[in-house]
This record gives sequence, structure tokens and C-alpha cells, in this order.
Amino acid sequence: MGSFFHRHPRLTPYLLLAPGVFWLGLFFLIPLAFLAYQSLQSGIYPTFEFTWEFSNFTDAISDYREQFFRSFLYAGLATVACLVLAYPLVYWIAFRAGPWRNLFLLFIIAPFFVTYLVRTLAWLNILSSEGPVVGFLRGIHVLDEDGQLLYSAFAVVSGITYNFFPFMALPLYVSLEQIDSRLLEAAKDLYASPREAFMRVTLPLSGPGIVAGTLLTFIPAAGDFINAELLGTPKQTMIGNVIQAKFLESLDYPTAAALSFVLMGMILVALLVYVRAVGSEKLTG
Amino acid sequence: MSIATETIVPRSRPGVAARAWAFVKRHALTAYALLAVGYLMLPIAVVILFSFNAPKGRFNYVWQGFTLDYWVNWDSVLGLREAVITSIEVGLLATVVATALGTFIALAIVRHHFVGRSATNLLVFLPMATPEIVLGASLLTLFLNTTAVFQLGFWTIFIAHVMFIVSFIVVTVKARLIGFDRHLEEAAMDLGADPLTTFRKITLPLIAPAMLAAALLGFALSIDDFVITYLNAGGTQTFPVFVWGAARVSVPPQVNVVASAIFLVAIALALANVFWQYRSAKRTQGAT
Repeated sequence: MGSFFHRHPRLTPYLLLAPGVFWLGLFFLIPLAFLAYQSLQSGIYPTFEFTWEFSNFTDAISDYREQFFRSFLYAGLATVACLVLAYPLVYWIAFRAGPWRNLFLLFIIAPFFVTYLVRTLAWLNILSSEGPVVGFLRGIHVLDEDGQLLYSAFAVVSGITYNFFPFMALPLYVSLEQIDSRLLEAAKDLYASPREAFMRVTLPLSGPGIVAGTLLTFIPAAGDFINAELLGTPKQTMIGNVIQAKFLESLDYPTAAALSFVLMGMILVALLVYVRAVGSEKLTG
Repeated sequence: MSIATETIVPRSRPGVAARAWAFVKRHALTAYALLAVGYLMLPIAVVILFSFNAPKGRFNYVWQGFTLDYWVNWDSVLGLREAVITSIEVGLLATVVATALGTFIALAIVRHHFVGRSATNLLVFLPMATPEIVLGASLLTLFLNTTAVFQLGFWTIFIAHVMFIVSFIVVTVKARLIGFDRHLEEAAMDLGADPLTTFRKITLPLIAPAMLAAALLGFALSIDDFVITYLNAGGTQTFPVFVWGAARVSVPPQVNVVASAIFLVAIALALANVFWQYRSAKRTQGAT
């Protein structure tokens, strides 16, 4: 075996790749082809036929326009909320936390250690109408006497924001931490106010982190259905809920497959528009 | 000297007001950071707290009183024990397989130049950039159309988990391989070791910590996954699938017990890692 590697050094990388690439090919790429195949079928469970049924796609878009719109709206709002909430925290960790940095980073990823569904359910306790948060907001008349927070768009967006917060915070931290402190000193020496130094040095240099964090938050958020299911009502249904129900409850596989493709396509388009807008060099550099 | 100091406009010393403002600003940020950490910790505290709650009705939403009952009888809910065991079994098995496959891919990408390298990078990146629901849905259509080979259950969950974990393993191991000193391997080869012996005696021990970190990440991802698992589980329940089913009726406090236990184990491992890094950083500082 050893002498085999000696005789064929060029084959070594391919042998190393073979098992993993085989797995990803068989269980990631080929399934995408099956998804495409299924999305063009027609019929009723359990007999589907491949009929180039392109109307699945047009129907998917026109029937579920509302859910698509809501998915992108909620995901967008949650992404902005994550960015606004995470930036000052991560800035503080990168520049002010000193020896406590690793501990605070651990605080950021700690929510990941609680099962996704269970930490989402915890928001049921926190936002519950009998809980202290609603009680306080009613007390100061931000909410009406019978006003509630749960089962609303607010609850769903809050849930998504909380659940994907680390995806925004970690890349932001990486980009802020890499900033050469001499650049900030140089800005100061050139009479930049702290505000100017932030706007013209720190913020642009954290650009790649903002872009990476936005993508990492937005993509999974747009496909999420757990928060809408647990913290919302049917009025807050997102496209993930529809896909999941079509696959597992109404057994309408072709529509579910078409919806999955449309979701993926829309995310890709959103990505391209976003990357165009911010400039692709921010993504790589 | 004196001419120079006169020609350069001296920087005005910040006044009292400016300094007070700076003080407020500085501490406002610190206060915000602590608040934000509180926000992040709040649901975790709630999960742990409500594992000790003694709910009066079916719903575990409002604090009623302290009890240890649910920690002692954590598996008294029908199906919970089986679900937890399935989660651990799938997690261990998928992690071992994915860590092996992912490490091989990372080694190939970092150490070798070959035709198809950027295609491989793309293949590894794509599953991470695809929404989970699409990953799960496409895999489900494969299984639904090949029922002669695949029946939904334990093994389809295992296949799905290996598939979505591999990319994360590759990224983690790759990051550590890049800073790897290849002279050690060259030295072993010069001393007559064949490539396999070199790999076993030199490479493997050196990348073992990266593999361990990657494996821990993989296990955490596996045990937490709901979306892909739910779509491909058939009737088999993992812990998250069990929670989903329970959430449609009422969630027993035992779910909080299991989630708290998972959290405590994970946080203990993470703290051990932080401590270990701190110590090894100190040791290398001492050496130089």
C-alpha cells in the first residue's frame, strides 16, 4: 500500500477525495436532480408521473406569493436586527474585553448548545401573556390591557433573530478582531475624531464580516419554519412551513419540490443582487 | 526644537465635558455588551429554570414551584429515552464517518494541487449555502423514489447527517492544516519512513486536535438538527423530533431536563477547551 502511494503520487489526492466526494455526490448532488425530476411530475399520491409539468412552478409562485414575500420580509428584518444588536457587542468584545474575549465569545455561541427547538420554546415562556415581560409592557401601557406579544409577526421575527444571532456575530467578530490597531492610531494622529475613525476605518474594514454575517443569517432564516410554527399563527406562515407540510402532511411531492426550487432560486437571486450592490471584493477579501 | 513646537498646532486637550462624554460613551458600550449577553443567556436560563418547575396543568409556561422530580424521572415520558438514545447513536456514528471523510478531503485540498480542486471546494461549500429545508427535501425525494434501496428510518437519518456535517468538518480541519509545518513530514521521509508510516506517526498526531474539534462540532450539529432529520426520519424519533411532536400537545418538563443536560455537558467541554487554550498559550509564552 505504501509503495503504491510512492509509485502513483498523483493519485493520492483523488484517493483521499473519493469517499467524501462520493457521499456528497450521491446524497447532495443527485438528490437535487431528483428534486428537479419530482418538481416536474403530476398526479396524486401515490402515483406521480413525469410530464414536464412546468405549471407546478407557476402555480407554486402564484399560490404562495404571500408566504414567499413573508419569508423574505421576516428573514430580512431578522438579519437587520441581528446586525444592529450584534455589532456593538462584538465591537466591545474585540476592542475592550481584553483577557475576557474568549469567555464572551463562549457567551455568544452558548445558545447553540441548547437544542434549537427547546430554545425557541423558551421564548414561549418569556413572551407568554402571563409572563413578566408582557406584564411590564402592559404596566407602562406599551401594550393594551389584553395585548400580547406571542403569536405575532413580532414573536416570529424575534425568534429568528435570537436563533441566528451567532451566525451574524461570529463573522463580524473575526473581521473586527483582524483590524490592525495601528490603522486606528494613524487615523487619530491625522486628527480624525473617534467618530470619523470609526466611520472611515473600522466600519469599512469590518465590511467582509458584515457581508458574511448577513449571508449566513439570511439564507437559513428564509428557509426556517420552526419559529413561525411555534411562535406564530397561520397568519405568519413562511414558505418553509408550506414545503414541510406538502411533503409530510398533504403528500403533494411535486408542488413541494417545485416550491423548494423556487426558494433556492430566489435566495440565489437575492444573493447576486446583494453581492452586486456591496461589491464582490468584500465577499472574498 | 522650540521652533518646531511652535509651528505645529498643539492638539487641544480634551475638556471636562468631552472627557465626561467619553466616559459615558465608554461605559455605555460596556453596559450594552452586558445587556446583550443577558439577552443571549435569558432563554438558556429559562430552559434550565423550567426543568425544576412543578407545573400544575399540562403547560410548563408559568413558574409554580421547585421540584427535582423531573430530573430524577427524566425518562418517564413515553418515547423520550428511545429518542435520546437514537440521537446519541446517530450523532456518534455520523460524526465518526463524517470526520474521516472530511479530514481526507481537507488533506487533499490543502496538501495537493490537482485538477478539480476548485470544483471540490465548491462542492464542499454548496451544502453550507443551501437552506436546510432544501437539503432535507431533495434527499427525501431521492429516498422516496428509491424505496427499494432506502427505507426512511435510522439509516436515512445517518446518511443525511453525514452529508450535512462533512462540509463543516472540512472547513474546521482545513483551517488548522494551513498553519502546519511540513518540514516534520519531510524529515520523517528523509529518515526512511514511507508515506503511510509518516501519516500515522507524524501527520495524524499533529492534526488530531483539529479533528477532535471538528468532531465535537459535528456531533453538536447532529444532535441539534431538526429540519433535515424530520423530513427524512420516517417514524424514527430523535430528541428534536420528539420535542416537535410534544410541542403540538404540551411539552413535559423532562424535555427541559434533557436539553439542560446537553447544554451543561457542551458548556463544560467548551470551558475545558478555553482553559486548555489559555494554558497552552501560557506555556508557549514561557518557552520563548
